[in-house]
Amino acid sequence: MELSMIDHIQTLQSELGGIVGAEYVQPATSADMVDGVQPQLVVSPGSGDEVARVLRLANAAGLAIAPRGGGTKLGWGNRPERLDLVVSTRRLNEVLEHAWSDMTATVQAGCTVSAFQHQLAQHGQHLVLDPLWLDAATIGGILATNDSGALRVRFGTLRDLILGITVALPDGTLAKSGGKVVKNVAGYDLPKLMTGALGTLGIIVDATFRLYPLPAETTILRVAPASIQSANDLMVRVLDSTLVPTGLQCHVAVNQAPEVWIRFEGMRAALEAQLEQLRQICEATSISQTLTTHDLWPGLRRMWQRSQATLICKTSVLPSDIAAMVKAVERVARPLRLDWELVAQAVGVGSLRLHGANDQALLAALTIIRAEITTLGGTVVVLDAPLGVKQQIDVWGPTKAPALMRRVKDHFDPQHMLNPGRFVGF
Amino acid sequence: MQRQILDELAAIVGHDGLISAAEQLRTYECDGLTNFRVMPAAVVLPRTGEQVQHVVRICHRERIPFVARGSGTGLSGGALPVPGSIVISLARLNRILAVDIPNQRVVVEPGVINLHVTQHVAPYGYFYAPDPSSQSVCTIGGNVAENSGGAHCLKYGFTVNHVLGLKVVLPNGELVELGGAVLDQPGYDLAGVFVGSEGTLGIATEITLRIVKRPATVQTLLAAFNSTDEAGAAVSAIITAGILPAAIEMMDRLSRDAAEGAVQAGYPEADALLLVELDGPAAEVALLMERVKAICAECGAWEQRLAQSEAERAVVWKGRKAAFAAMGRISPDYIVQDGVIPRTALPRVLREIEQLSAAAGLRVANVFHAGDGNLHPLVLYDRSISGQEHVAEQLAFNILKLCVQAGGSITGEHGVGREKQQFMSQMFAEPDLDTMQLVRCAFDPQHIANPDKVFPRPRLCAEKPGRYEPHPLETAGIAELF
Repeated sequence: MELSMIDHIQTLQSELGGIVGAEYVQPATSADMVDGVQPQLVVSPGSGDEVARVLRLANAAGLAIAPRGGGTKLGWGNRPERLDLVVSTRRLNEVLEHAWSDMTATVQAGCTVSAFQHQLAQHGQHLVLDPLWLDAATIGGILATNDSGALRVRFGTLRDLILGITVALPDGTLAKSGGKVVKNVAGYDLPKLMTGALGTLGIIVDATFRLYPLPAETTILRVAPASIQSANDLMVRVLDSTLVPTGLQCHVAVNQAPEVWIRFEGMRAALEAQLEQLRQICEATSISQTLTTHDLWPGLRRMWQRSQATLICKTSVLPSDIAAMVKAVERVARPLRLDWELVAQAVGVGSLRLHGANDQALLAALTIIRAEITTLGGTVVVLDAPLGVKQQIDVWGPTKAPALMRRVKDHFDPQHMLNPGRFVGF
Repeated sequence: MQRQILDELAAIVGHDGLISAAEQLRTYECDGLTNFRVMPAAVVLPRTGEQVQHVVRICHRERIPFVARGSGTGLSGGALPVPGSIVISLARLNRILAVDIPNQRVVVEPGVINLHVTQHVAPYGYFYAPDPSSQSVCTIGGNVAENSGGAHCLKYGFTVNHVLGLKVVLPNGELVELGGAVLDQPGYDLAGVFVGSEGTLGIATEITLRIVKRPATVQTLLAAFNSTDEAGAAVSAIITAGILPAAIEMMDRLSRDAAEGAVQAGYPEADALLLVELDGPAAEVALLMERVKAICAECGAWEQRLAQSEAERAVVWKGRKAAFAAMGRISPDYIVQDGVIPRTALPRVLREIEQLSAAAGLRVANVFHAGDGNLHPLVLYDRSISGQEHVAEQLAFNILKLCVQAGGSITGEHGVGREKQQFMSQMFAEPDLDTMQLVRCAFDPQHIANPDKVFPRPRLCAEKPGRYEPHPLETAGIAELF
């Protein structure tokens, strides 16, 4: 490194230290890399105002920034074009307000999902979402990546749960949008704009959510349809019934029979009636079923473990096209000798894991699978892939209204300093 | 409007699709907020999305402001024309384009009436959940613009939770797709931003909706209380007990009397009525309804009636849905207000409204979505009494202030429109409004889509991307923008 560059970094470090306190600006290490791109510094602001001031300073200095919560999904998105500064939300970890009788709560972005849930549980409530890696994932991180789990079948996703947001913009503006009440149509819905934006428009400082009561009881039925088509038909049938499951997903893997997993929550007497109705649906189509206490969703977390020559994707198709998608995966994987595993929520959103002998096989498989799923009107977003694969693809695939999205980005972040290169074309 | 532009418009929409004669334009001079009236320069009634796009292209080229309009039932002046504007009526884009029952999707044009969607899918056991009181006349396009709610959004969510995708003509005439039938599309959630943008970001020409399976059972309870305090306490107690009703509506004495007079629903003679609807699997509804009844009794309900038939249920709802219009029976004029407070603040805020009402010497009737704290105070007055309209407007705005002070919102479902522009500054600080403006400038840099709505003053999109910059005349103190 040139001396002038070192000087420059030292100056920045001291200026950032002036905002957040010197102990909260550290030289970055290899552990702070994003997809192999090494940042120079990691700064940990202690308030929303500090986040805004850090952004203004960094913007003026032309630095490229990656916001970071728990770091669990830091590899999602394309490889950064450049990266100078990591802004960590780890010190913004407070639950600011739990208005339990109004069933809302406001929480800082750096609070982990499990710490948030733990606090809400004291009044028998929860954020009705089951994203990945609860113990490390933060509120800001799940919002930026729009992560979701099995509960979405009944309760939707973060866009359906978020009420308000505070966000720091590159020019140092600290802005609020939405509110703290469950119903509000005043002004544009920036909470939805920020959800899933991968930190490319601003850094989320805090958010307000509507909450739901924790369920009294849970019951899970595991059923074993003969084929993926029959599994898909069953899920569509349950969706088309008056049953109200809080989880409905299928799991299928290479050389393994599919399994459908249905969860009900509520009061015991009411659950029994729903189970009975479900059994009748299964028996009418001769599908065997067993009650289980085994919650499949957390059990599937191993699917997201990184390993060599492995590709993990988020897939989305219409609910009735899940079987067609699986068949497409099978068709592609067999000749390439790939291992694969897929879990699909009945609403059509799934996670696909592909494992092969080498990057070339993965790359070939991805290209064809994406083309086939696109034909179905669906989408494939690569969440995790070996760097060699990632550098040759756009993880997002084709997007709608790309020019409009770019204009939105240009207005919020004119210099493209936030996560440059990682999102949909910018 | 220049003859040449009118000719161009006529060439696009046909002569029967263009209105430019003053007496015919009058129909379009206001929406449901009738005390604001502005004559547009012309009205076009396109029949296709392409025609909408062609009209908008002309607007863009000529920098003519345009205002999209559905049925004109909006209550905040969202469809109020701006001077010199072209009103684009979507009434003739009224086709249901596709129904996909297994995937629970319906694709409609913006002029389709809300209730028609439900009627269309009812044979399959489905319904379209957002149900504003005007649902038999209001359009889906208008619902999208306002992010309309309704009585049942407590459980089912608002329009935004039921719109999966849109085809939108942007203010520059470009046609884009936002979201779509498949969930979680990569990129920004611009469909989520577009819904509720009150016609300021473009015109939706095709909308993909999510429909909902009709629940196995619906039960509707009517509970009579001696005060809105008691009824309000019951609302909070029901929700915090972990029960999520499909709807909880409250009517105070005045509303009850007006509604009873209008539809003879047989409501008990009570100072506060609560209507609690539960739906879902039969066993669950039965169990939960027992708990709701117990809670209501604990909170002081002296009469509780469970509707015994679909007909009885319909009558109970008819009174509630007719309540706004029924005010005409007890007052020559009234203002419909729309504000939100945290549920737990209900008893306190209702008392404060009572005090404001007494101080102003005007009656206020309350009929509202209690479950989500969405108040609809109706300020009753007589326009023929000099000065009373002004007092009524003042009172209505003071009620909004109460809502903001209680941590709520200036609008839960009617929108900001023209009516509440100035109130945005009560709820949001300048940086918040500037940030929303970034979205506006990305969609509509020329500021021609329903300009001078929603935001407290006309804001210009600066040459360089980004913030509002005062016009030189403004800086020099020569002009003021309000």
